[in-house]
Parts: sequence; C-alpha cells; structure tokens
Amino acid sequence: MEFDVNIFVQQLVNPSYVSGAFLSVAVAVLSLVLATAIGFAVALGRTSRSRIAQGVAGIYTWFFRAIPALLVLLIIWNALPQLFPVLRQDWFSPFIAAFIGLGIVEAAFMAEIIRSALLSIDEGQALAGRALGMSPVKVMLKVVLPQAIRTALPPTGNEFIGLVKFSSLASVISLQELLTTAQVGVNITFRYAEYYAAAIVYYLIIVSLLTLLQSYVERKFVWTSRSKSKKPSVLEPVGQGVQS
Amino acid sequence: MTHSGPELKQETWSTNDPVLSVRSLHKSYQDQHVLRGVEFDIHQGQVKAVLGPSGSGKSTMLRLMALLEPADDGEIRLRGRRIGVREKARGAVALPERELAKERRNIGMVFQKFNLFPHLTACRNVMLGLTSVKGVHPKEAEEQAMAMLQRVGLSHRAGHFPSELSGGQQQRVAIARALVMNPDVLLFDEPTSALDPELVGEVLDVMESLANDGMTMIVVTHEVRFARRVADEVTLFDSGVIVEQATPDEFFDNPQHQRTRKFLSHVH
Repeated sequence: MEFDVNIFVQQLVNPSYVSGAFLSVAVAVLSLVLATAIGFAVALGRTSRSRIAQGVAGIYTWFFRAIPALLVLLIIWNALPQLFPVLRQDWFSPFIAAFIGLGIVEAAFMAEIIRSALLSIDEGQALAGRALGMSPVKVMLKVVLPQAIRTALPPTGNEFIGLVKFSSLASVISLQELLTTAQVGVNITFRYAEYYAAAIVYYLIIVSLLTLLQSYVERKFVWTSRSKSKKPSVLEPVGQGVQS
Repeated sequence: MTHSGPELKQETWSTNDPVLSVRSLHKSYQDQHVLRGVEFDIHQGQVKAVLGPSGSGKSTMLRLMALLEPADDGEIRLRGRRIGVREKARGAVALPERELAKERRNIGMVFQKFNLFPHLTACRNVMLGLTSVKGVHPKEAEEQAMAMLQRVGLSHRAGHFPSELSGGQQQRVAIARALVMNPDVLLFDEPTSALDPELVGEVLDVMESLANDGMTMIVVTHEVRFARRVADEVTLFDSGVIVEQATPDEFFDNPQHQRTRKFLSHVH
C-alpha cells in the first residue's frame, strides 16, 4: 500500500479535522486558565505563613502530581456522575469533563511554576511597595505579579503545548478532539499513514501558532523603552541615538 | 474599618513637638539583640544623620520607624500619635498589615538598593504610590510625578525603565517616588552605599536640596562630609544604642564619648 496523497489532502481539508483541532485547542486553553487560577491559589498557599494553607496546598500538589491525568478523566466522567446526580444532566459534556479534569491536574504543575516565579522576585520589591503604603493585595497585583508573570511565561508556554497534546487523552471520554478524529477515520478506512499524517500537520500548525503567540507575549514583558518604540511617547528622549 | 468608641488617648501635638519620636525601642533577631532601648526625636524640618558601624542597629531603627517590621518593645509616635500598634487595655497590639499600610503613607523610605519597580518606567514608578495608594487620577498623578522627576533633575528620563538608568539616576527616581507621597518624614537607608563613587554626588546634591527646602529627613549614611555639611544633628549608633548625639561641629570637632572618637578616627 502506497501513501496516497489524495487521501491525505482530502483529510487535511476535512471539516472534522478542523473541528477536532479546534476542540483540542479549546480544551487546552480552558484547562490552562483553570490550572492557572487554581495553581495561583495553591502557590499562595505554599508560600503562605499559615500552616493550614501550606498543608492544603501541599496535599493538592502531592495528590495531583501523583495521579495520572487519564485516571482523573475517567473518574470525572464515569465515577463522579454515579455519586452526584447533578453530573448526570445534559450540561455535563465530555468537553466540560475534559477541561476540568486536565485543569485540576495541570494546576499542581502550574502551582510549582507560579511558586518559583513568586519566589524569584527580589524581596526589596515587596518592601518598596509596602513602604509606599500599598496594601498586601496591591503589592501582589501591582508589584510582584507583573514581574512573576515574566518569569513564569516560558515554562507556562511549555505546559500549554503539553496540554494541547494531553487533550488527546480525552478520547477515552469520547471527546472528538484531533487525535480521536484521526483514529475514527482510520478505523473506517485503514489508511493509517494518511490520516495520522494529517493529524501531524494539524499539531504542527497549532504548536507553531502557540510558539508565535508565546514570543509575542514575552516581548510585551521586555522592560526597555526601545521595545515600546512602536507607540511613540512624548516622554521619550528624541535624538538620543543621533548624538552618539 | 471604623473605631468603636472614642480614641483612648489622643495627645495634642504642636509643631514644637517632634514629628517622629521613638521611645525605648527594642528589637531582636533570634538571639541577637539589635536595638537595646533607642530614644530618638526629630523635629519638623530637621535633618538628622545617623552614623555607626555595620550591624550597629541604625538600619533596623529605620525599618521599624517605617513600620516595615514590628518592634519587640517601645513606641514610635508620628505627630504625637502612636503608630504601628493599637492601644488596648491590656497593652499595645501590633496592627494587621492592611492597617499598617495606611500608616506607612506618611513615612517615606529610600533604600540602599533603590528597589525601583523594574517593570515600570521612571514616571510610572513615581506615579504608582499616588494611583494605587492615594487614589489619585492617573492624569493628575502623571503631572505630579513629572514635577517630582523635574525636581530630582530627571524629567528627561521619565519614559525610561530602571534597567536603562544609572545607579545614581535610579536612586534619584526612588527619592522622587518617596517624595511624591508628601510624607511627614523621609528616611534614607544608606542611600549612596550601593553607588559607584562618581555617582554619589548627584544623589547627595538632591538630598541637600531637599534639606534646604525644609524636608524632615533621617539619613543613615557613611558619608561623613555630607553629615557634617547638611545635618542639623549627628547621631552615633553602636551595639544597638545611641552613643552620642550632637550638632555636626560638636560631633566631629569635640566628641564627648571615647566610642565616637574611635569611630571618627576610622572614617577620617
């Protein structure tokens, strides 16, 4: 059997691949958002002075770093609805189960990224904010967090890409994401190479776009006046470079 | 938060009284007794230089005055009002961080390592206290910040980030950042110690001009010549206590204590 380019191209433009790719990215985005929110709370707990907060956050990280994401998905989709009738209703779709499951697992990893980013900020920064009379919340939001985000961005990009691929795990709970789409096609036609090749192309496109997005966001966090030169400011010295 | 009931003891304060006063201040770290009953006053418009060897407790006193760390014992009064604690029947209780933050607005602090916010331009560094603490409208805050940068001679650097400024410029921005809050007293914690020697002068010049404008300042420093020329009074710290307190002429030309003579022989 030869690689049939026609089948490959046909699949590339197949709408079910597009919607599968869209689902994969959507699951990844939503679970990253959820993971960042939970992870931030866990990171605050881990760096808190309260023993209880430290304990709860520590247990969360320990538990969800240990349990395979696949198992968490199966528990959320199969076990929890048996225990809680509210999860048997129509709104509880594979999509929701997938992003919640991946999100709470990923949160344990995001917590570590956020914690190390928070700890990397010089203590003098919070001190200066406090000395100005800023409340603890303001110190966090205006001083520490903007700097911690810069440190956390590259590893978060990694996690994001990981999540796009992890979304394929959701095939076990019958989410029609990208890899499932390919697999379904294969099961009908047995054209493994062509269908998997199409999936490869989609993953490459997705990750390329995410890499571009990441470098664009990282550029926003370069703190020099030159990097902002596209929006000229009256505050900026004109002709500084000419003199030298 | 509103107080239930009247203030327990609201002293009447007049401009002849000290702006900031410290009584029997104690502080220990682990088994290190860093401050051992410090008494210190500064009046409106005064400039006090605090000298002393490293580890003598002078920087610790500033941190306590700025309410950045709690005292173990003793009291700090700003315009006659006790700060950092709430006085209860059974004694003084340290305020929670949120309440401390409000009291810190009236005390400015300049750090040895500047501690400018690297993600903000010079102008925004100066604006941040106004917008996020005092709730000043950004437009108005920017005007005030620019005026303050002008005062420290850096309005042409307003759009630059700290990484693009020299150490001396960064420290001048830090001074503007503290100054724009219009504090009752400005504390300097070795403001020129982290600077290259050729950049010290520009920072001391700014500080001297503030002094001439009547700013109340406490300056922990190793710059003996600055202390002599600018300060109204010079204080020597050693081992957690104040050894000598005198006018610059007295302090440098006719020190009363053996410890002061020894210290001066090292720095001269």
